[in-house]
Parts: sequence; structure tokens; C-alpha cells
Amino acid sequence: MSNVTAPKPMKPWRATPKELLPNLFAGIFVLCGSWILIEFTGLSGKLGAFLSASILTLISVTLIANYKSGTNAGKNAFFGTLVAIGGILAILPVASIIFTVLVKGTKGIYLGFFTTDMSLASVNDELTVGGILHAIIGTVLLIALAMVISVPLAILTALYLTEIKGPGSRLIRFLVQAMSGVPSIVAGLFIYSAFITGTGRGFSGFMGSLALAILMLPTVARTAEEVLLLIPSDLREAGLALGGTQWRTVAMVVVPAAKSGLVTAIILGVARIAGETAPLLFTTGGGDTVNGNPFNGVMGSIPFAIWKALISGSDESNARAWASILVLLSLVMVLFYTARKLGKRKI
Amino acid sequence: MSISETTKIAIPEPREISTVPRFSDRVFRVVVSLGGISSLVILGAIAFFLGIRGFDVLSNTGIKFITQYEWYSAINTDGTAGEQASTFGIGAMLVGTIITALIAVAIGVPIAVASALYLNFYAPTAVRGFLVSVIDLMAAFPSILFGLWGFNVLMPGGEYWAKLLHKYLSFVPLFDVSAPVFSRSPFIAGVVLAIMTIPIITSVSREVFSQTPLDRIQAAYALGATKWSMIRAVVLPFGSSGIVGGAMLGLGRAMGETVAVFTVLNIVFQANFQILLGAGGNVASLIILKFGEASGEEINALMAAGLILFLLTLLVNTVADLIVNRSGRKGR
Repeated sequence: MSNVTAPKPMKPWRATPKELLPNLFAGIFVLCGSWILIEFTGLSGKLGAFLSASILTLISVTLIANYKSGTNAGKNAFFGTLVAIGGILAILPVASIIFTVLVKGTKGIYLGFFTTDMSLASVNDELTVGGILHAIIGTVLLIALAMVISVPLAILTALYLTEIKGPGSRLIRFLVQAMSGVPSIVAGLFIYSAFITGTGRGFSGFMGSLALAILMLPTVARTAEEVLLLIPSDLREAGLALGGTQWRTVAMVVVPAAKSGLVTAIILGVARIAGETAPLLFTTGGGDTVNGNPFNGVMGSIPFAIWKALISGSDESNARAWASILVLLSLVMVLFYTARKLGKRKI
Repeated sequence: MSISETTKIAIPEPREISTVPRFSDRVFRVVVSLGGISSLVILGAIAFFLGIRGFDVLSNTGIKFITQYEWYSAINTDGTAGEQASTFGIGAMLVGTIITALIAVAIGVPIAVASALYLNFYAPTAVRGFLVSVIDLMAAFPSILFGLWGFNVLMPGGEYWAKLLHKYLSFVPLFDVSAPVFSRSPFIAGVVLAIMTIPIITSVSREVFSQTPLDRIQAAYALGATKWSMIRAVVLPFGSSGIVGGAMLGLGRAMGETVAVFTVLNIVFQANFQILLGAGGNVASLIILKFGEASGEEINALMAAGLILFLLTLLVNTVADLIVNRSGRKGR
């Protein structure tokens, strides 16, 4: 009696083996075809293989769709594949960059790399001599000072755009946008021309962080503005209806509600400036010893250390450059990941 | 205790109702407005200081500063005066800046638009978030990293592709070379810059594409459109000005790029229109190149070059901003 068998679940939309046969042929065609192209024509290398494989895939996918369902489907398949190839091309450099940095950078990493500075090491010394302690301390100080200068200005700018909505809002929004396009070298030149030449003051970490603050301000201000715009105006109205002044409403309702978003904005700004090189070349002087005082004396930083190692050109310093860039890239990625995590949280 | 026995209830004085902001609010508004104009002050100060430092050179050289190809400082490295008079002209560097930036945009825009379309309309939801964050991460990569990678990884491959282009397309004047020097060419610098601008153009295009009205998309599908004909009829016309604006933003970024270009480009003081030949220039890398040994008037000339670069990028960004803000009003 209980011998009822349930019908087997079926998936009629699945392609049958017979329908999949052309795809198999297409795959074989692409593999053989690209092998032939690389073997017998001028194409070579990984990119050449990628190019020939993608052209052949494009052709075969288009032909199959065209044969099966007509011209329109063929066109659709052609452009769909083209767009996907574009997507892959956009991602490829990131993969290549991260791979290269990992492979070349890990060679120069050892414990002493983080605990010694370059004051007693020359560019041709073994990798086990010298490190980037001075650069790490310098970068941390530069970023901290730049934050102290630019974050208040950036948040005030964002508040001006969202809370006060003053008469100049349109102009300010445009200027912040324009400022984010200022080349980093111009920021460095500006600090050099305004504060260093002719004033008798020399290179120092503080000058570097002034330049970095200029670059950081627009990033933080724009992200903070977007975050503040997301705060529902109900909250503001509730604050005002309870008898709060605008100042109290902003300080005790709006800003706390947007806290995680504002932190995200600051982190994105830090990620933007952490690897800036050009402005530091004009402002910090780039020393080789640990300097804890940003207001006096030259100060090293990770990008500057990479720059110096790159310019000197010996094999050892090249390895040091890659190791330093691994440190810098890890810093940027950690910052970016934290910003993402915080940004996803509901406001 | 009856009601009549209760003590008199003190009726509070009616509060004065006024629209005049409290003192604290006035302070708040002044402070926030002062912070708000910081960007105006900073941009003005940049133009002002670079302007006064570069004024002498600019007024002495006049229009020749941007048309002349020669850059020669009469002061030797040991501080003595040289025989010839100094001449400062950034013509070659301006040409180089524009050429490398145009190559970057020409390569970057198709790839960036394709990847924006892929991310918005084709990518499976499982990988979309990951891909978007990878491309955003790329925007945060330091430029010296692109320079180092471009020099060590991209250059050998790029040289090979440049030779291939030269072999088959040398009848086009653009791809001809007068000497077989293919490394450190504007073409390779342009490719590096293209890779650096892809994330910017992608994110601007994605933003505009995602604003396409859903009803138009669905109307296109209801009329029997395939995915591609929907994109061609609805998304691309709607987002066209976003693409143009994104390209302009990328152009501005590529023009001001310093370190990455300096590492991969061979800087030569002549206008070079053969993009595969290993000689080129870029205003920003000129400044880096000459800054270390410059003194006196040459420093001022570099400031003037910085001012020109600043104004150029400001102009490009302004146009880009106008185009992006105008976007999203068209489309069938």
C-alpha cells in the first residue's frame, strides 16, 4: 500500500545534453583556436592568450545564438560577451597588482624591517639591515595631523551644505567637487610656495600634513554630505519640536545618528591620502631617522621611502621598495575594508 | 482636602514667541558657515600664492611660456650663472600632458563603460558586491603603486604590444616611430593612466546607469527587446552625458597625475606626436624632475607651471561637473 513513489523532481528548463553539445564544440574551438593563434601568429604572452580567447569566444557565442534564435539573439549575445570582457579587463590590473606586490614584497619583509630605520643602512646594504620604522612613524603622524586639520573643516562644510543650506550652497558644493580634482602635486607646490620658501621655515612633517589635509578635505566633505542627507528630516523636526535649538538638534540628534557614516567618511579620506607621494616630496624633506616631532626637522614617510628606494635603483633598494609598498597596500586595504564594514551598517 | 483649598497655581509667564534665532544658534551658524567657505579660501589661496610666485616668469615670458618647447635654467647646479639666458617654456610638456591624458581616456572609457554595464545589468548578484568593492578599492590604490607596477610589470608587455601596433598600423602617422625606441613611451604612460582612471569613470557611469527609470526598462522588455537592445535604446541614451562627464573627470585626473607618469615616461623637451616613441612629457612630472635641483627663477617658473596645471584641471573638472549634473534628462 505504501509503495507510492514520489515523482522525481524535474527541471525542464535545464538544457539537455543535446542542446549543450554546441557549447562543448565552442569550448574546444576556442581552446584549439587560441593555441593556433599564439603558436603561428605574432600574438604571445598572457594578454595575447586572453585576447585571442576572448575574440574566439565572442565569435562562437554569437554564431551559436544566431543559429539557435536569430539575428537579434546573436547581437544580444555578442554585446553581452563584449561587456563581460570589459568587466574582466577592468578587474585584471587589480589582480595583477595585488599578485605582484605579494610575490615581490614578501621577500623584503622580516621582523627588523618594522623596528629599525634607514639611518645606518645604505641603499646597497643587505635586506636584513635597515627598515622602515621611521617611515611608519612618519606616516602615522602625518595622517593624524592631517586629520586634525581637515576633519573639522570637512564636517563643517558638510553641515553647511545639509543643515544650514545657506545661500552659497551651490557654489560650495561645486568648489568641493573642484577641489577633489586638484592634482596632488599642486597641493604640495602651494604649501611650498606659501609656507616654506621665503619664510625661513624648512621642511617638516607639519607642512606635509597641511598638503595632505587639502587633499583629504573634499573626500571627507563629500562623503559626509551624502551621509547627512540620508538622515531622515523627521529626526530634525522631532528635535526642534521638543524645543531644541538648531545647534542642540544638530549636535545631539543629527550628528550622533550619522556617527558611523561620518567615521566611514574619515576613513575613506585617510585611505585617499595614505599613499600620496607627490605633495610630500615638496614639503616633508624625507629623512631616514625616526623623528617624533612633526614641527621640526625632516620627516620620512612610507611613500617617500618607496620613492627614495625607487630612485636609487639598486636591487636591494628595489626589494625594499616592494616590501614598503606591501605595507602601504595592506594599510590601505585594511582602511578600505573597515570603511566598507562600517558603511554597510544602518544609520 | 477639597479643591478650593489648594494653593494658587502659579500661571507661567507666556513665553515670548519670536523668529529671531537664539544666541547659540547664531554662533552655530557663523561657525558652520566659516567652515563651509574653507574650500573657497583654500582654492583661492592656491591660485593666489602660485600666482604671485610665478608672476615674474609669466610676465617676462608671456604667451611663450605655454608655446615654447625649451626649458633651460641659466643658473648652474653650483650656483654660478650660465652663458645663455634662461628660457622657460612648457609647450612640450603641455602637449605631452594632453596626449597621455587623451590616450588614457581613449583606452579607459570603453573598458570602464563596459564594466559599468556589466556590473549594473549582467553580473550575478552573488559576485556583484565583490566586484564593485574591488573596483572601488582600485580607486584608493596609491599612485606610486601604479608607477612601480607599471614600470616592472606593464612595461615589458606594453612594449610588445606597441611593437605589434607599429608593425601592423605604422601607416597611420600616430603609430609611426622615427627611432625604434618603444619603452617609456606616452603610449605606456597612457595605459597606466587608463588603468588609474577606470575606477573613476566606472563609478560615475554606474551611478548614472542606475538612475535609469525602471518603467522605461520594463517598457522596453515588454516590447520584446533583448537585454542589449534595451541597453541601447534606454540605458545608453539616458546615461550618455554621465559617460561624457565621467570621461572628463578621468581626463582631469590623468592630467594631474605625477608619480605614476614620472616612473614610466621618458621626459624629453620636444613635442612628440608619435605615441609609441619613447619620448614624452607631462607638466606634473616636469615639476618633480626639475624641483630637486632648481633654484631662484627656475623655482618660480615651476610655480607658474603648477599654476597652469591647476587652472587646466580646474577647467576640465568644471566642465565635467556641469555635464554630470545635467545628466539624466534624455533617453527614449
